[in-house]
Amino acid sequence: MFDKTLDRTMTENTKITAQSVNVHYGDKQAIQDVNVDIIDKAVTAFIGPSGCGKSTFLRCINRMNDTIVGCKVTGSITFEGKELTEFDPVYLRSRIGMVFQKPNPFPKSIYDNVAYGPRIHGMAKNKAELDDIVERALKKGAIWDEVKDRLDAPGTGLSGGQQQRLCIARAVATQPDVLLMDEPCSALDPIATAQIEELINELRENYCVIIVTHSMQQAARVSQKTAFFHLGHLVEFDDTNKIFTNPEDPRTESYITGRIG
Amino acid sequence: MDLAKRNRKEKTFRLLGLSAIVLSLVFLVSLFASVISSGLPSFWQTKYTLQLDLPSDKLDKSGTRDPLKMKKVTTIGYSKALVQALKDNLDAAGIDYSELSKKEFKNMISKEAPAQLRNAVLADPSLLDRSFTWTLLANGRIDGYYKGRVTMQSAELDGMVSPAQLELADAMKEKGLLKTSFNTQFFWWPDASDLRPEAAGLGVAFLGSFYMMLIVLVLAVPISVCTAVFLEEFAPTNWFTDLIEINISNLAAVPSIVFGILGLSLFINFAGLPQSAPLVGGLCLTLMTLPTVIIAARASIKAVPPSLKDGALALGASKTQAVFHHVLPSAAPGILTGTIIGLAQALGETAPLLLIGMVAFVREYPSLSPEGITEPATALPIQIYNWTVRGDPAFVERASGAIIVLLTFMIAMNLLAVLLRRRVEKRW
Ligand SMILES: Nc1ncnc2c1ncn2[C@@H]1O[C@H](COP(=O)(O)OP(=O)(O)OP(=O)(O)O)[C@@H](O)[C@H]1O
Ligand SMILES: [Mg+2]
Repeated sequence: MFDKTLDRTMTENTKITAQSVNVHYGDKQAIQDVNVDIIDKAVTAFIGPSGCGKSTFLRCINRMNDTIVGCKVTGSITFEGKELTEFDPVYLRSRIGMVFQKPNPFPKSIYDNVAYGPRIHGMAKNKAELDDIVERALKKGAIWDEVKDRLDAPGTGLSGGQQQRLCIARAVATQPDVLLMDEPCSALDPIATAQIEELINELRENYCVIIVTHSMQQAARVSQKTAFFHLGHLVEFDDTNKIFTNPEDPRTESYITGRIG
Repeated sequence: MDLAKRNRKEKTFRLLGLSAIVLSLVFLVSLFASVISSGLPSFWQTKYTLQLDLPSDKLDKSGTRDPLKMKKVTTIGYSKALVQALKDNLDAAGIDYSELSKKEFKNMISKEAPAQLRNAVLADPSLLDRSFTWTLLANGRIDGYYKGRVTMQSAELDGMVSPAQLELADAMKEKGLLKTSFNTQFFWWPDASDLRPEAAGLGVAFLGSFYMMLIVLVLAVPISVCTAVFLEEFAPTNWFTDLIEINISNLAAVPSIVFGILGLSLFINFAGLPQSAPLVGGLCLTLMTLPTVIIAARASIKAVPPSLKDGALALGASKTQAVFHHVLPSAAPGILTGTIIGLAQALGETAPLLLIGMVAFVREYPSLSPEGITEPATALPIQIYNWTVRGDPAFVERASGAIIVLLTFMIAMNLLAVLLRRRVEKRW
C-alpha cells in the first residue's frame, strides 16, 4: 500500500515489527493486514478516524488484547527480534509500558501509585532505593514539583492533568523500553497538553514512544514517524514530515486536510 | 401533553411516594413501640433482700462442711430455710402475714431461689451459721404485679397468685424488703422451666448465637470471596459458569427451612455431627449466607472500574496481583457490607435451627473451649420462639425483651456496616 522501500536506513534501530497482523473481535475484523516497523528512540504517532483500530493495534503490542474476551490476534509481531507470543505477557508488559486514554491512577497514595510497578518487579532493595526510583519517575513525569510535599495524598485526588502525568510517571517507574500512549492528552487542557508533549519529547531520548492521537498538530509536533490508519488498514506509514507535507495516499491527504474523519 | 397536566402528574407521583414512606414509617414505629413497651419490663426484676442465718443442723447434718456430704440436702431443705428466713425477716419488720396460707406464703419466693441458694452454699459452706444479706427472686406473678401484668382483680381469678400475697409484697416494698431493679441476670442466666419465668435468661442463647456467627464468619467470608473472585475474574464464560451463576441466584431464593432439611440429612444423619450443636447450626447458616455474600461480593467486584485492573496489568502485574492488590481492596467495602448484612440475616434465622434440634430446652452453657461448638445450645431467635409458645405471660414479656436484644444487635451490625463502609471509603 505504501512504499515499502521507504527509509530503511534505520532498520538496525527497529524495536518492534508487525507483519500481516489481523485482529478480530468475535466475527468482526478490527485490523487487516498491518505491516509496520517501529524504531527505537523516536516517537511514532498513530492517527486516523475514530474506530479505525489504533487502540486495538496499540494493545496488540503489549498483549493487553489477551485480556479481552473474544479478541483474536493473528500474524507476527516481534519485540527486539523475538515473537511477542514467546514472551511471558507479565514480563512483556514490564518492558512495554502503557498510558491509557483516561487517567487511571490507583486509589492509593501518589507514592504507592508510582512505587507499585517497582515493588512487584522487585526493583528496589530497600526503602531508600524505592524512594529514589519514585522521585526520578515523578520528575520524568514532570509532576514532582507539584506533589513532592504530598506523596501520601491519594492519587485520585489530583486534577485530570496531574493524574495523567502521574500515570506517565507510574509507567516510567518500571523503566520500560517502550512506552505506549493511547490519546494521553484527550482529557487535558492546552497547558497540561503542552507539558505532556514536552515530556514526550524528553522521553524520546531514552524510549521508543508510540502515541495515538486525534490531533494532527500534536502528531506533527511530537512525532518523527506517523502511521495513518483507516478502517482497519494501515494506509500510510512514513516520516511525519512527509505525511503532513506530501502524503502518497489520497485518503491520507483527505484526512489530514480534514475531509474525512 | 400540556404543561399543567405534566405538573399535576409529577405532583401526584411525589405525593404517592411520600405517603408510601409515611406508611412504612408508621408500621416501623408501631412495631418498635409494641415490642419495646411489652419487652422493656423484662430488663427489670423484682427481688427480696433478706437477712439470712442458715442453720447448719439442717443443711449440714454431718457438720463437716464437706460439699460432697452437704449435697444430700436437696432444694427442699433450702426452700424450708428460706421460708423460715422470710418469716423471721417479716417478724423483725413487724409485717403481718397471718392471712396467707402456708402454700401461699411459700409461693412468695421463686422456685428457683432455693436452687440458687443451694449452689451458693455448696460453693462456699462458710455461709452457714452466720448472718448475711441475700437477694432472692420473687415469684413471677409478684414480679408481674410491679410491671402491671398482674393486678388485684386478676389475682382473684388466678390460681397462681392471691390478693393477699400482693398485699404482703406491697408491705414488704414499703419496708425496703422488696425491690424492682435492673435485671443483669436476664443477659447471662440460662433458660428456666415453665414454672420459673422469673429465672429465665438469654445466656445459653447468646453463647450459641455467638458460636454460630463465628462459624459463619470463618467459613462464609473466605468461601464467598474466593467464589466471587473466581467467577468474576478467572472463570471462562461458558454454559457451565452460567449454570453456576443461575444456581447461586437460585440458592439465595431458597426458603431457609430447606437449608435446615439439608443440614439435618447432611451434617447430622450423614456426617454424624451432634444434634442441637452450634457447629451444625453454624454450618446450616453458612450455607444459607453463602449466596447472599457471594452475590454482594460479585456485585462490588463488578463495580470496580476495569481501568484499574488494566492499569495494574499494563505495569506487568499478573492477573492475581491485579485482583488482590487493586480490585479486591476497592471492592472490600461492598464485600464487608454484604458480609455484615448476611451475618445479621443469619443471626435472626430460626427455621433451619428448629430442624436440627436447636429448639431443645438447654440449661447447660456450652463450654468456652473450642469443643463448646459441639455441645447443645440454643440461639437468640430460637429462645424467642421458645418463650412465646409458653403459657405464662411472664415468658411472653421475656420474649419481647429478647426481641429488643436481637434487634439491638442487628441495628448495631448494620450501623457497623455503614460505619466501616464510610471509613474504608473515606480513606481515598
Ligand atoms: N473490546 C472490544 N470488543 C469488540 N469490539 C471492539 C472492542 N474494542 C474495539 N472494538 C472495535 O474495534 C474497532 C477498532 O476499535 P479501536 O478502539 O481500536 O478504535 P480507535 O481507532 O482506537 O478509535 P478511537 O479513536 O475512537 O479510540 C471498532 O470498530 C470497535 O468497535
Ligand atoms: Mg482508541
